[in-house]
Amino acid sequence: MKFLIKSALLHILVLLLVYNLSNCVNGHDDSVTRQLQRPGPQYYPSRGEPWPKPQLRNLYNDSIMIIRPPIFRFKVLRYTCDMVEDALKRYYSIILKTVSHSAPIVNLANAKHNKSWKSDPGFKGYLDVLQVDLMAPCESMPHESMDEAYEIKIGTSGFEGTGLLTASSNWGILRGLETFVQLLYPADDFSSIQIKTTLILDYPRFSYRSVLLDTSRHFLSMKILKQNLDLMAFNKYNVFHWHIVDDQSFPYQSRKFPQLSDKGAYQPYTHVYTQQNIAEIIEYARLRGIRVVAEFDTPGHTQAWGPAIPGLLTPCYNKEGQPDGTFGPIDPTNEKNFEFIHSFFEEVVSVFPDKYLHLGGDEVYYDCWKSSPLIAAFMAQQNMTDYAEVEQYYMQRLVNIVQSYPKNSSYIVWQETIDNGVQVKKDAIVHVWKNVNVPQEMSHVTSLGYKTLFSSCWYLNKISYGIDWTTYYDCDPQNFNGTNAQKRLVLGGGPAMWTEYVDSANIIARLWPRASLPAERLWSDANVRNKSDAARRLEEHRCRLLKRGYQLQPPNGPGFCGVEWD
Amino acid sequence: MRTGVDFPIFYFIVLLCMGTPGSSHLKKELSLEGYPSTYLPTRGEPWPKPQHVTKYGQLFMVVRPPVFRFETVRNTCDLVEDALKRYYALINRRHSTLQRFRNDKKNDAEKPWKGTPNYVGYLDVLKIDLMTPCEAYPNENMDESYELKIDTPDLVGQGLLVASSNWGILRGLETFSQLLYPTSDYAALQLNSTLLLDYPRFSYRSVLLDTSRHYLSKQVILENLDLMAMNKYNVFHWHIVDDQSFPYQSRVFPELSEKGAYHQYTHIYTQEDIADIIEFARRRGIRVIPEFDTPGHTRSWGYAWPDFLTECFTSRGQPDGTFGPINPLREDAYKKMAQLLEEVINVFPDSYLHLGGDEVDFDCWKSNPEIQNYMQSRNLTDYSILESAFMLEMMNIVKGLSPNTTYVIWQEVFDHGARAINKDAVISVWMGNQTEAGKELDRVTALGHRAILSSCWYLDYISTGRDWPKYYLCDPQNFNGTSAQKRLVIGGGAALWGEYVDSTNVTPRLWPRASATAERLWSSQTVNNTEEASHRLEEHRCRLVQRGFNVQPPNGPSHCLVDWNTRN
Repeated sequence: MKFLIKSALLHILVLLLVYNLSNCVNGHDDSVTRQLQRPGPQYYPSRGEPWPKPQLRNLYNDSIMIIRPPIFRFKVLRYTCDMVEDALKRYYSIILKTVSHSAPIVNLANAKHNKSWKSDPGFKGYLDVLQVDLMAPCESMPHESMDEAYEIKIGTSGFEGTGLLTASSNWGILRGLETFVQLLYPADDFSSIQIKTTLILDYPRFSYRSVLLDTSRHFLSMKILKQNLDLMAFNKYNVFHWHIVDDQSFPYQSRKFPQLSDKGAYQPYTHVYTQQNIAEIIEYARLRGIRVVAEFDTPGHTQAWGPAIPGLLTPCYNKEGQPDGTFGPIDPTNEKNFEFIHSFFEEVVSVFPDKYLHLGGDEVYYDCWKSSPLIAAFMAQQNMTDYAEVEQYYMQRLVNIVQSYPKNSSYIVWQETIDNGVQVKKDAIVHVWKNVNVPQEMSHVTSLGYKTLFSSCWYLNKISYGIDWTTYYDCDPQNFNGTNAQKRLVLGGGPAMWTEYVDSANIIARLWPRASLPAERLWSDANVRNKSDAARRLEEHRCRLLKRGYQLQPPNGPGFCGVEWD
Repeated sequence: MRTGVDFPIFYFIVLLCMGTPGSSHLKKELSLEGYPSTYLPTRGEPWPKPQHVTKYGQLFMVVRPPVFRFETVRNTCDLVEDALKRYYALINRRHSTLQRFRNDKKNDAEKPWKGTPNYVGYLDVLKIDLMTPCEAYPNENMDESYELKIDTPDLVGQGLLVASSNWGILRGLETFSQLLYPTSDYAALQLNSTLLLDYPRFSYRSVLLDTSRHYLSKQVILENLDLMAMNKYNVFHWHIVDDQSFPYQSRVFPELSEKGAYHQYTHIYTQEDIADIIEFARRRGIRVIPEFDTPGHTRSWGYAWPDFLTECFTSRGQPDGTFGPINPLREDAYKKMAQLLEEVINVFPDSYLHLGGDEVDFDCWKSNPEIQNYMQSRNLTDYSILESAFMLEMMNIVKGLSPNTTYVIWQEVFDHGARAINKDAVISVWMGNQTEAGKELDRVTALGHRAILSSCWYLDYISTGRDWPKYYLCDPQNFNGTSAQKRLVIGGGAALWGEYVDSTNVTPRLWPRASATAERLWSSQTVNNTEEASHRLEEHRCRLVQRGFNVQPPNGPSHCLVDWNTRN
């Protein structure tokens, strides 16, 4: 990122000026009451404004350049690789699609005024080439320290008439291409595709920007998972947090233990992810600079594991001291269970290449353990007095197992592990999700020295009537009392879509563009928080992604897109 | 105890298999039923629940789609034939979807069900007996009752659908298609021996879609008409224009959509579009009732007709640049309305027309000097009189144009001038909680008006979780009143206002939540057990998903045999 900082200083003043000017809004008035309804849309979309908002952006008056898609091309300088070439192909076809969608309108407009932009005083020529300058060889897998910074210059001073995208890693090229395509917008009369002359210096505020999908409460099809990865890339997310199994079903098809999905999936052929499927998802994500972090939640949330692995779950007892036929969390008194865990997680870390592994650890209910004479005997034998110690015993054994593999995994645990006073090593990453006493929790966890992930205010499975995105937008992971060192321990976080009431039929529309709000919070500068500016950019962003063929719901009340769904 | 360490050899074999694509289907002796959903779906239970159901033990018959056929006796018509084709295709598609789950040995004649004592035989023919000639258009008095017999004691081993009107045939075919469920080996479809006598509790069962706040594509509207038919709804209440946009392309006043639509070409309904939608609905026994809401909710009309709306003024007597309801003092407004309504009555064949009349904002009228003068000169202080007068004039216009047209108005028109309204007006109750809505229904019916209810079915309001039981338990006749009053409640329906809904999310947001309302309006009042309904709704939802509609999950964690969009 160093090379960017220097030029950033040169431009920062100009930028701030333009920044404020660009906030001027046309026509919209928040004070209009429901009775006195204006005709037309609630918010007019911005034009050629990227989402999430870049860290630094410099505009040059009203200068524009015109893109002519059949002529326009990318030109690779210095390094390239399969992943970059694949991205160029992908983004070129997005540009073509954007154009072809407005083609009927273009023809109509052309009949009246051909090439109207030529008389535009801001017209600075055609942008026929975007130079793509990758300064270092490609990395193959996205990872926790990847460099996503990039610089875009379109007709800037000294570069008149040209366009340049520079990055020191292939990840920066991916992010920059997304931004570049978002800079394009149709002219008023739809006669051309325009881009404002601009300088952009951009990099993420947080390195970990995730979307959690839960494939246990409802199964999600491969097509939906890929669509979602597309949308994540369009919003500069870089982690797919795959909450793959849970109480309700076990769709992960294990090589070593196929009986887990045979007996625990909703349906053992159609509602499973085969190893082929998983490899495909990881590759699809990789090409978009997205890490796949798998979560196999234990010792609670494991009901669906039970039928396949007898003895794995703790049998619960009734008041008469008899097993009542129900089961609780994983039984830590059974030594064979740790042999299973060792063998199973050994497979998991080999299947998912990312260094991070989410171990779960949330919502472990002690009632079943409390009912069990076996647990009582175990506690007596181990000199334990508190059930949190049983949980700690399990989590510590689990962590030791995970760390015993040759692959040097980092592990994530949900906040309860810490809340319950379970001692875990300092290299654990703690995921804060509860939406109570959030600043205190963040302050507490980071004060203990743990790296922290944050999702508390981004549970997008919770829905309500009307414009709800403002609450997601206002929420900030670093909004707690703590030292700078504590704040730096916050790696990021992201929204969660738990799927009790969501499946392939409604997930895309429900998640997007609501998940675009955390995306901007996690990528853009902490000061980017003007909601009326965001509303107009979000309106444009939503229509942009709709045009690319994704079923995003309207976020802002009455309105329309030039090209609608269907 | 079997744990991981017991599996080295099996593991090895599996690893060998992993190498070749397509080999991931390991040899397994398994039931297709895996881990259960929160609510187990029923099998072959219709939604909405029929009025009278008799079953005969566990007896069942099997339908073999390539062999199975319909046979019409007595009357038929294009509309019936079209429905037969549609339902045959639907049953056929269901059958072929199941083929990939088949676990019988295909060439073996021994089907597992044949050995069971409850197997009656193949149902290869469903006789369709329409007792009278077809009616062309669905209407307020249409007879939707039907009788369906599958292997009843008087008709052993046979199937018969009888109805005295083609509308009953449509409803009966839908029910028949819902009785089918897969055989244990997924080789065919089966249905229980059953006698069904069915008819709707209410004659008016509507879904409101709002195409002004957001435009809805024709495709999505047609999709929803399909879903309405599959839930036995019979009225599409088309809230076609409003403040935000005017997508109706008028023949006499093309400027209204030219200037008032979100886009004059892409965001409009042409006369062709509207005719397509009416025809599509007609074939499914669904009436299309348009709503042209006046005098409020008309801001988008003002783009084309600047003088049509009331200019609002600041407290200092200056025009503030905004506009209110239609200006009721302008003669021209009534002329235009008469011309427009004449067109609307011609375009939409149904005898009902919704004239709106809700949420009229008096503040703008109060601020306008011209209207102030008018009020003072007549010694009037209550501005709701202006609303009443305007609406009465609309009703007079409609009566003058078409004496047989019934107009529907929102409840405020009644609230503001009850005595003046013709008795034949239908009052649409939409405000308040159940108690308040009940009181309004009492007032409306006490004066002899017919009423429809949608207060408790505003499905644009959403919340997390299982929200359908509250829609399910709301009853339009749950108010204090005589039985004569109760009979004046002709039905009601679900409303999905379009502020936060467009073509991307209308279908999953509306369905199956609107199914809860559908059952309330069709089935007996005593069908109100949400636990029992949960299991049927689970089946119904999966049925609609399997038919290709993105209907969302209503009950918490679950799966369907065929989920939406699972290919690939």
